[in-house]
Amino acid sequence: MVPRPEIAHWLTGAVCLLLGLVLFSEAVVGSAVFRRRTWRAYLWPSIALAGGVFLWVIVVFSTFSPMHLLAHAVWAQAAMVVGAVQLAVVRGKLASPLWSLVTAGALLASGVAFLVHEQNPWLFSRSAFLHHAIGWVVVAAAVFPLGHALRPERVVWRAGFALTFVVVAVLLFADRDFAPIFGRLSDAAVR
Amino acid sequence: MSSEIATSNVPRRADEGRGRATRRDARVLVVLLLGPLVMLGGLVWAVAQPYRITFLHREDKGLYDFVVQPPLLVILVGIFFALVLAPGLVDDLESEEDGPAA
Repeated sequence: MVPRPEIAHWLTGAVCLLLGLVLFSEAVVGSAVFRRRTWRAYLWPSIALAGGVFLWVIVVFSTFSPMHLLAHAVWAQAAMVVGAVQLAVVRGKLASPLWSLVTAGALLASGVAFLVHEQNPWLFSRSAFLHHAIGWVVVAAAVFPLGHALRPERVVWRAGFALTFVVVAVLLFADRDFAPIFGRLSDAAVR
Repeated sequence: MSSEIATSNVPRRADEGRGRATRRDARVLVVLLLGPLVMLGGLVWAVAQPYRITFLHREDKGLYDFVVQPPLLVILVGIFFALVLAPGLVDDLESEEDGPAA
């Protein structure tokens, strides 16, 4: 009854798309307006924490490969740490914009986990290509929370961070367990 | 204070007010467009790749294939944003014009 990896990736893509829309709309209207309704303020930390719990469930089912298990554990932990910090920010317990550095670190660790746990080259299969692409996108996206920590008044950091999730969603939706990339599929690829 | 000096700030304030209203209208438009644009994206995807809609290609498909159909998920996310998030955001943006504490 365990779903195929591509099914889990598509579901994660839908959550990333929703998160991207939530964060982008906050960038557009401004945090003051966005957080005027309490439930809206808690949306992003809640999704991050729930995503962490979901990823820990995936860790439990990733016993077929220690690399996959470790990578999913890194993503789960990163999501939960970011969710917890953002929860404290929304509650007013943490006020300094420097707390965005935690998000930057989490993105960097998550991106590296993508790149390290994909053992095959870019054009091995679609899945391998997407792991490399998502890894580099996430590593590069660490610049947005870093920028927010240093220059919090600039909207570009929030918008860039939000659109990162939209890009990751598109990449996750393109994932297939067994499919070619640009017409190429390695003979070593197995279903 | 002469009446000329006293009224010289009025046009500038009116311009500032119009500028604020324009910025607010643009933000309202973006928020209102986000959901429909995402829905449209999902619809275009469903038309371009109908084989990703399990309802249309039922052979050898399991429960998860019926629950998770990527183009439909995209449309659902757009509907959720348009119906649950966007209306409240627009209300709050418009009430911001009446005053931050409104």
